[in-house]
Amino acid sequence: MTEFPKTPPRFSATFTPAVNAEIRRAAATGIYDIRGGGTKRHLPHFDDLLFLGASISRYPLEGYREKCATDVWLGTRFAKKPIHLDIPVTIAGMSFGALSGPAKEALGRGATAAGTSTTTGDGGMTEEERGHSRTLVYQYLPSRYGMNPDDLRRCDAIEIVVGQGAKPGGGGMLLGQKISDRVANMRNLPKGIDQRSACRHPDWTGPDDLEIKILELREITDWEKPIYVKVGGARPYYDTALAVKAGADVVVLDGMQGGTAATQDVFIEHVGMPILACIPQAVKALQDLGMHRKVQLIVSGGIRSGADVAKAMALGADAVAIGTAALIALGDNDPQWEEEYQKLGTTAGAYDDWHEGRDPAGITTQDPELSARFDPVLGGRRLSNFLKVMTLEAQTIARACGKNHLHNLEPEDLCSLSIEAAAMAGVPLAGTSWIPGRNGGF
Amino acid sequence: MQSFDLGEEGLRALNSALHALKGQTNMTDWEVINPKGAHAIAAGVDAPVEIIVRGSTGYYCAGMNKQATIRIKGSAGPGVAENMMSGTVIIDGNASQYAGATGRGGLLVIKGNASSRCGVSMKGIDIVVHGSIGHMSAFMAQSGNLVVLGDAGDALGDSLYEARLFVRGSVTSLGADCVEKEMRPEHIALLADLLKRGEADGLAKPEEFKRYGSARKLYNFNIDNASDY
Ligand SMILES: Cc1cc2nc3c(=O)[nH]c(=O)nc-3n(C[C@H](O)[C@H](O)[C@H](O)COP(=O)(O)O)c2cc1C
Repeated sequence: MTEFPKTPPRFSATFTPAVNAEIRRAAATGIYDIRGGGTKRHLPHFDDLLFLGASISRYPLEGYREKCATDVWLGTRFAKKPIHLDIPVTIAGMSFGALSGPAKEALGRGATAAGTSTTTGDGGMTEEERGHSRTLVYQYLPSRYGMNPDDLRRCDAIEIVVGQGAKPGGGGMLLGQKISDRVANMRNLPKGIDQRSACRHPDWTGPDDLEIKILELREITDWEKPIYVKVGGARPYYDTALAVKAGADVVVLDGMQGGTAATQDVFIEHVGMPILACIPQAVKALQDLGMHRKVQLIVSGGIRSGADVAKAMALGADAVAIGTAALIALGDNDPQWEEEYQKLGTTAGAYDDWHEGRDPAGITTQDPELSARFDPVLGGRRLSNFLKVMTLEAQTIARACGKNHLHNLEPEDLCSLSIEAAAMAGVPLAGTSWIPGRNGGF
Repeated sequence: MQSFDLGEEGLRALNSALHALKGQTNMTDWEVINPKGAHAIAAGVDAPVEIIVRGSTGYYCAGMNKQATIRIKGSAGPGVAENMMSGTVIIDGNASQYAGATGRGGLLVIKGNASSRCGVSMKGIDIVVHGSIGHMSAFMAQSGNLVVLGDAGDALGDSLYEARLFVRGSVTSLGADCVEKEMRPEHIALLADLLKRGEADGLAKPEEFKRYGSARKLYNFNIDNASDY
């Protein structure tokens, strides 16, 4: 008998093994998946952009010889005491509660050594981070955990958080395992409960109220501190314009790739826009209002290297912020803990159950034994090294583009590898003059 | 008494004069005239002084107050005494939305009515309202006491944590996880003290109130409660 060839088993591109596994997990547990980290799906990103470098019409600067400055002023619009940073890479707000006290200390040490700022988070200001951060940005969040006028006066800038890229429209989440006595006390909450922080501010709604809220915060701090407004990547043109109208000194724009301590996976993967699509819209809003460079723009969401920094700045940002990359520099997801990741049913590089508080690297936990594994001095040094490398990389690119300051990078230095990224970033597809949606043909 | 004409001298001058009082002991009596609904009047004061505001105020009057006693001889706009840390704020008239929002200490007295979201997200403040309060009051209230001599609107104490709510009149509806609780002797004593400090001891007796608090059913997520959220 002739054996006919059989159709080999074929998986659906819609119902993939991963999708089916999630359906089974949901069916068995009745609860959605909560996790930390940022978007895991592929998105158009800075990798889709390239720098053109110098040529006959553009001449480069000598590496190691000719100066390429990296400093940035933030808060020059209204604040009596604007901030001056040596490098344009800042540390994003990450809460004490999500992170351990020593991890917050390491962020402060690393940022200070590299000449940049660090930021508090949903959970208030700790002595560790105030003590070790030369420049500390104090977040003003819907939950207002630990909020008080003394910390407002001893911070260096205030960041009003309207949204986060990982979850525009969502509030914070800190599950019972991580509500230790100290965390509970700082937040005025019972220990061990699942804490959901509010998604809206309790005492203002909309841009007109925001303007009055900013006035109040300026009055309380005698107009000294720069006031940032942080938004998730949802409607960047209007959000930026409204933040400017409300009186912000700085707009912080966080794309959907942005990390989170704990959020529903469905939220992380399906709400918000990639940072690449957000930056040009925010810059356009600033330009339309005549405020580009007067109100500074800090962008974040999946920034990993000096190339990403340079690309964000070429698109018009004044500075960037990093969360996930900073945690990895500290030692998060390090293969040295592989055996323990395996015990948790995961592997180094994929570990994202930060909300469970069992982080083998001792960073996203409140467990005293686990957090004792983490050395804040060493962590701080590693972070400072990483920040310096990012800066050197960005300078290398800027010099190759003939720029004596990172702020002189411009969209004309870029081209795009894909039509999608060309349309989002507003730079031409490589080898063409085509910016989809902006101009005509080739 | 130091008299300050807000219409003449402006908000910045007022608040910087009040902030300069920190650590000082003279000039403890202040009067602000012509407030005309300005925002952020006497926000961020941190000194044991007495401030009388002669008229109505805009948003965030007495915001983040520490130590000061601030009397508003009129009505107060949204977010009066928001995030108050300590001290006392007394409003002769009514208060708009979010009165005492996220307050962490001190005493807020409203002699008229308070609008919606009174005591939202409160974290230790005591609030005494002689009149009634609007809907969604004490939403996500974490700790402290809210006393209402009149009625409460819809969804009182929704998603409440450990704050205690005392209402003398009717409650249109209770929010998710908020339930009526037994009044024990310690609550009567607490209420007697709050009524006294809230200048309401002649107006109501502790025994006339009902107590509301958290059923604590939503403290840890359970899928069977999903429809309550
Ligand atoms: C562990 C962790 C905790 C965070 N906590 C906060 C927070 O408390 N407030 C906030 O505005 N953003 C928070 N974020 C978001 C960061 O501020 C930032 O927007 C994001 O991490 C940037 O994207 P990246 O992680 O890709 O660099 C957190 C992020 C992480 C990874």
